[in-house]
Amino acid sequence: MGEVMKPQQRQLLYAGLAVMLVIIWLFYSANGPQTTAVLAGTVRAATLLALGAMCGMIGERSGVVNIGIEGQFLLSAFAAFTIASMTGSLFMGTLAGIGMGLMMGWMLAAMAVGLKVDQIIAGTVLNIAALGLTSFFYDRSRSLGMGKYTNIDLGPLADIPLVGTVFFSRPPLTYLTMALLFVVHIALFRSVWGMRTRAIGEHPGAADTVGIDVLRLRYLNVTLAGGLAGLGGSYLALEAVGTFSRAMSGGRGFLALAVMIFGRRTPFGAYAAALFFGFTTALQNQFQLNNTFDIPPQFVGMLPFVVTIIVVALSGLVGSMRDPAALGQNYEKG
Amino acid sequence: MSETLLAAQNVTKQFPGVLANDDVSIRLRPGRILALLGENGAGKSTLVNILFGMYRPDSGQVVIKDETVDLHGPDDAISRGIGMVHQHFQLVPPMRVVENIVLGDEPTKRGLVDLDEARNRVVELSRRYGLEIDPDALVEDLPVGMQQRVEILKALYRNADVLILDEPTGVLTPQEADHLLGVLRELTETGLGIVFITHKLREVLAIADDIVVLRNGRVVGETTPSQTSESGLAEMMVGRSVMLQVEKSISDPGDVVLKIDELEVNDDRGQIALDGLSFEVRAGEILGVAGVEGNGQRELVEAITGLRNPSVGVMQIDGEELTSGSPRQITKKGVAHIPEDREKHGVVAVYTVAENSVLNRYHRRPFSIRGILRRDVILGHAQDVVDEFDVRTPSVSVPASSLSGGNKQKLIVGREFSDEIKLLVAAQPTRGIDIGAIEFIHRRILEQRDKGTAVLLVSAELDEILGLSDRIAVLYDGKIMDVIDARDADREKIGLLMAGITD
Repeated sequence: MGEVMKPQQRQLLYAGLAVMLVIIWLFYSANGPQTTAVLAGTVRAATLLALGAMCGMIGERSGVVNIGIEGQFLLSAFAAFTIASMTGSLFMGTLAGIGMGLMMGWMLAAMAVGLKVDQIIAGTVLNIAALGLTSFFYDRSRSLGMGKYTNIDLGPLADIPLVGTVFFSRPPLTYLTMALLFVVHIALFRSVWGMRTRAIGEHPGAADTVGIDVLRLRYLNVTLAGGLAGLGGSYLALEAVGTFSRAMSGGRGFLALAVMIFGRRTPFGAYAAALFFGFTTALQNQFQLNNTFDIPPQFVGMLPFVVTIIVVALSGLVGSMRDPAALGQNYEKG
Repeated sequence: MSETLLAAQNVTKQFPGVLANDDVSIRLRPGRILALLGENGAGKSTLVNILFGMYRPDSGQVVIKDETVDLHGPDDAISRGIGMVHQHFQLVPPMRVVENIVLGDEPTKRGLVDLDEARNRVVELSRRYGLEIDPDALVEDLPVGMQQRVEILKALYRNADVLILDEPTGVLTPQEADHLLGVLRELTETGLGIVFITHKLREVLAIADDIVVLRNGRVVGETTPSQTSESGLAEMMVGRSVMLQVEKSISDPGDVVLKIDELEVNDDRGQIALDGLSFEVRAGEILGVAGVEGNGQRELVEAITGLRNPSVGVMQIDGEELTSGSPRQITKKGVAHIPEDREKHGVVAVYTVAENSVLNRYHRRPFSIRGILRRDVILGHAQDVVDEFDVRTPSVSVPASSLSGGNKQKLIVGREFSDEIKLLVAAQPTRGIDIGAIEFIHRRILEQRDKGTAVLLVSAELDEILGLSDRIAVLYDGKIMDVIDARDADREKIGLLMAGITD
């Protein structure tokens, strides 16, 4: 069921989609391989952002801001990489990444919900801790002997031109993320858990008076959401890159928050936004590869971030979306 | 059916520094309405919070359906059939009516919320009790009267056979309040028992079967409407005889002091809150602004006192245009302000009584010279205010936070009145304070009027408006419905205007 969308917004959305499809088709006719590469890169970049955004939205829907996603990505990526390299199993590494994400979610919950530390400060603690710990324990000599996750073709679907390569010939964690979009959507908007989660983010007092344990549910949600960021870390180290490097999350945890807001705190909205931001990243890569512009690569590399600033500023002007009413506030019983 | 639906037996509850409930016993029988009457701080809220499981009593028992129970939380009380309608609605605004009603006790189908089933149950419930409602409306789009209905349905959905209502008529127009009383009466016919908390004497007499009066945490009287009267109840509440109506002479209006012309003001969300308002207040008269809260009163007061800038229109104070004047410019012009929220805008809680007594003038002589505060002058002034306005405080050097609500309010009034003023803007000047202090403040406001001050009185208490005003403007949806001479005003007529009805 999700949020109610106004008819004009819906029309605008469809119109935008149609225009985009036409443009993609035009580009594909002109230069098939490069268009495919950019779009595949889009999906690759979007996966991480979507996971971070889902982590953020579960927290925010419950009333807890999580600006520690960046740190959750980084430390989980480190855990995933280290365990995968030690055990020689990508699967074990992935589990380790998720476990680390859960643990960091639990730490955030303990600080922000349990001890009622300011939520922004609690998130910052995670970011700083992750950067410090991973830099200190980083072992340059480690590598993934078995390589990273490889693409799995989804039967005949993978043979469709363009769409097949972009969506149906991907590595496993990308598929998992796409499935999670549906799971999180249904959980948030159709399940008892989701209804209560949205209630505690909007009006915890109301939830409390009907017997919902606000603090316990926030604790649970922030911890579980950490698992999504943990999966993001695993994805980053074991599927997208195939190694670990210092500060490899590179600001994407923050970008995920922008994606979450732009996607109106809904999984599919966030995925659409993630594809958009992913596209800017992929385009930037392609520009650098082709040497399209004769300027230092750092400037081209700024593209996604410049677009983020413009889009977030614009989204404030276009349809303003209301934050959950109790966002960022600690809940005191009574 | 059991004899006792809900009872408190010898309940005592101590908070740091306050004995909130002292050996309190009440008993509610099926099909009856029990009115709990008392001033703010008398212990009504503490008592019902104990009955609803929010607090645990230090000693004494809670009895539900002839059975002594130990409540560990609201869900305990809810599962035993106690429903509560809080003074501040406990509803999630961006959610639907049906979602709000079933929240916490959701029907499910294959692990997901079964909204169709929920909707059916809500519709069935609203038919059975005659409480029609659109289950798919968003709560934030509903008027307060309807939101209250959602709260009542919420309790009934959980099979409540006791309803506790905390000051339920505070946000309603007189007609809506009467309607609510009718609904409650009908509910009792099904055997439901109701605890009704209020400080409005008229309502108590109109609806209660039994009346319990609390004062300073104790039960000071038990009676029935047939055995008492408004003044009898007031005396019980306060402990001495009180004047419910302040005597006032006929006003002698002079020159126009405040002139508002086609004023448009936006609220915090940028929506129009005041829509082309025009009126005047003259020296020596009280213009009362009546209306259900949230119809632009707050924005009006803030616009006049400089806390909010109007988008369109003109405001003149004593002939000078001050439409977008700063609060300081406006204060300097002789405008006194008794703010609606005394904790937020009236006093600085951590400052001393003395510092609070000069908040509007500390930067001027004689209180400071060249930016240096003169402590002894301020202390002397504070002592004068405390003496003259009967502020009960151990000294002027204690923080304002240690004062009771009534004494804080008297301090604010004292501060605002101790300068020469031309215009007084009084917003909810007696909200939440004891009857003694109300009487005192009313008399002071009338004194100001008689000294030639123009007074704009904004209040949600219709009795206050009727008792003090010379003219009454009724505000509805950001517009003035009508301005009536107080001598021609009656509750009925004002009530209809408050609901936006003009014949």
